[in-house]
Amino acid sequence: MKAGALAFLIRLVTGVRLDPRQVPSDGGRRIYYANHASHLDFVVIWAALPDAARRRVRPVAAAEYWESGPLRRWLARRLFQAVLIPRDPAKMRACPPLERMGEALEAGSDLIVFPEGTRSETGRLGSFKPGLFHLATRHPGVILVPVYLENLNRILPKGEAMPVPLMGNVLFGYPLAAPADDEPKAAFLDRARAAILALAHGTLESEPEDP
Amino acid sequence: MNDPELLALVGGVLALLCLATVITRLLARRKGPGPVIDNLRQRVNAWWWMVAVFSVSLALGRNGVFGFYLILSFLALREFVTLSPTPRGDHRTLMWVFFIILPLHYLFAWAPWYGMFLIWIPVYAFVFIPVRSALAGDTERFLERSARLQWGVLTCVYFLSHLPMLLYLPIDGYEGQNAKLLFFAVLVTQISDVMQYVFGKWLGRRPIAPTVSPGKTVEGFLYGGAAAVAIGTGLWWATPFGPSGAAAMAAVLVLAGFLGGLVMSAVKRSLGTKDWGRGIPGHGGVLDRLDSLLFAAPVFFHLTGYYFGTNMHLTYTQPEWMRQILHFWTTP
Repeated sequence: MKAGALAFLIRLVTGVRLDPRQVPSDGGRRIYYANHASHLDFVVIWAALPDAARRRVRPVAAAEYWESGPLRRWLARRLFQAVLIPRDPAKMRACPPLERMGEALEAGSDLIVFPEGTRSETGRLGSFKPGLFHLATRHPGVILVPVYLENLNRILPKGEAMPVPLMGNVLFGYPLAAPADDEPKAAFLDRARAAILALAHGTLESEPEDP
Repeated sequence: MNDPELLALVGGVLALLCLATVITRLLARRKGPGPVIDNLRQRVNAWWWMVAVFSVSLALGRNGVFGFYLILSFLALREFVTLSPTPRGDHRTLMWVFFIILPLHYLFAWAPWYGMFLIWIPVYAFVFIPVRSALAGDTERFLERSARLQWGVLTCVYFLSHLPMLLYLPIDGYEGQNAKLLFFAVLVTQISDVMQYVFGKWLGRRPIAPTVSPGKTVEGFLYGGAAAVAIGTGLWWATPFGPSGAAAMAAVLVLAGFLGGLVMSAVKRSLGTKDWGRGIPGHGGVLDRLDSLLFAAPVFFHLTGYYFGTNMHLTYTQPEWMRQILHFWTTP
């Protein structure tokens, strides 16, 4: 009830639409993966999902940000039930991120992940970290859903505290085929990344490769 | 809303909507389902909602009307800015525009402080917008970005806010009845849109500006416009004008509405889209419905003022409470 009302409010503020037709409900576990440019990103995916799917989903987020301050902690732990991953390498060794995410999947949750690993400074799509590949190979039954987030980098860009009320958009794509047995990691990640760029229809640019 | 003439106007529009709903049902039954019928049904349904919200705002009186147009301006500006690419450097400027400039403009309009209402956006906001963006340090396409934001604020906020200002026009012998003047302006402009669309689909042959808006035709404009002027003339009893005055003002609304729609279409094309948004099913965005009112509102407001020789400057000077707020730091 509380979550439903908040999701409605978020949709109202960000202009994102609830579109149940976009997300099939066949009961399979799924990982939503999206481009990342704003703190609002997982919040709007969460808000755009139909009730049943929203109850199942757990965003994967940075522990350092979401555990600072009581409000953020309450939002992340209680409301969004986030899987919090520490950024600090020492802590990361103590509880490996892939295992945390795997536990959540096995417990019956869906996940929201951002394979770029961090928010894009420019609004362009950066390169993908290998986590998505490992998740997909370790959990072969999981459905990978590409998600394109439009305009969120303009509503709340990195480094700003206040959002401006522009209209954002969440587009869910067709599921991505799981990595084939002999598919190299880089090829799979390229394919996953291309799925998001294809959803964007030219409105999302690719970050130029590092020399 | 206790004005029987205003109730008659609302009743008339509701009757018209009932007729449109019945015709849509009959068409759907005869022709079967299809995209055109679906769009028509969506449009008629949306009209019920729009008329309901508009009428309720009038029933709530002055605060309701100003609140309604404040929200409309907000939604329209939101659609406008969403479609105009704004880089990071404009983020703070946008915050000022949405959360300070827009509400203050409506505060001055509602107060009313007529002088400030007139210049708040064309002077202060227009000075502020480029200054704030320059301070943010991004010089790429600077003139274009500033001009675009200024245009958005001018049309979506400044022009549109002239509609609720009609409530304040002092007209001898028409005191307390200005809601009907507002109703007249909105009704004639919107009916003109609908009639031009209907006649354009029916008889339209020669497009007026095919590259800008292929749906607008000479025949649609002439016949649809004439129909709207006829309806406006028929409503002269609700306005402060006589029959010929009402006809002339309806013609002004039709012409300004047409030109506003044309210009906003051109803006839309230059931004590379067909609809402003998806807020109103069947119509597109809020701006797709408001575009014709944007130019019609200030022109109708001022022409009506000249017609009755009113002087808003002298009638609505700076309110006392605002003067006190502005003076509090200078008094010892």
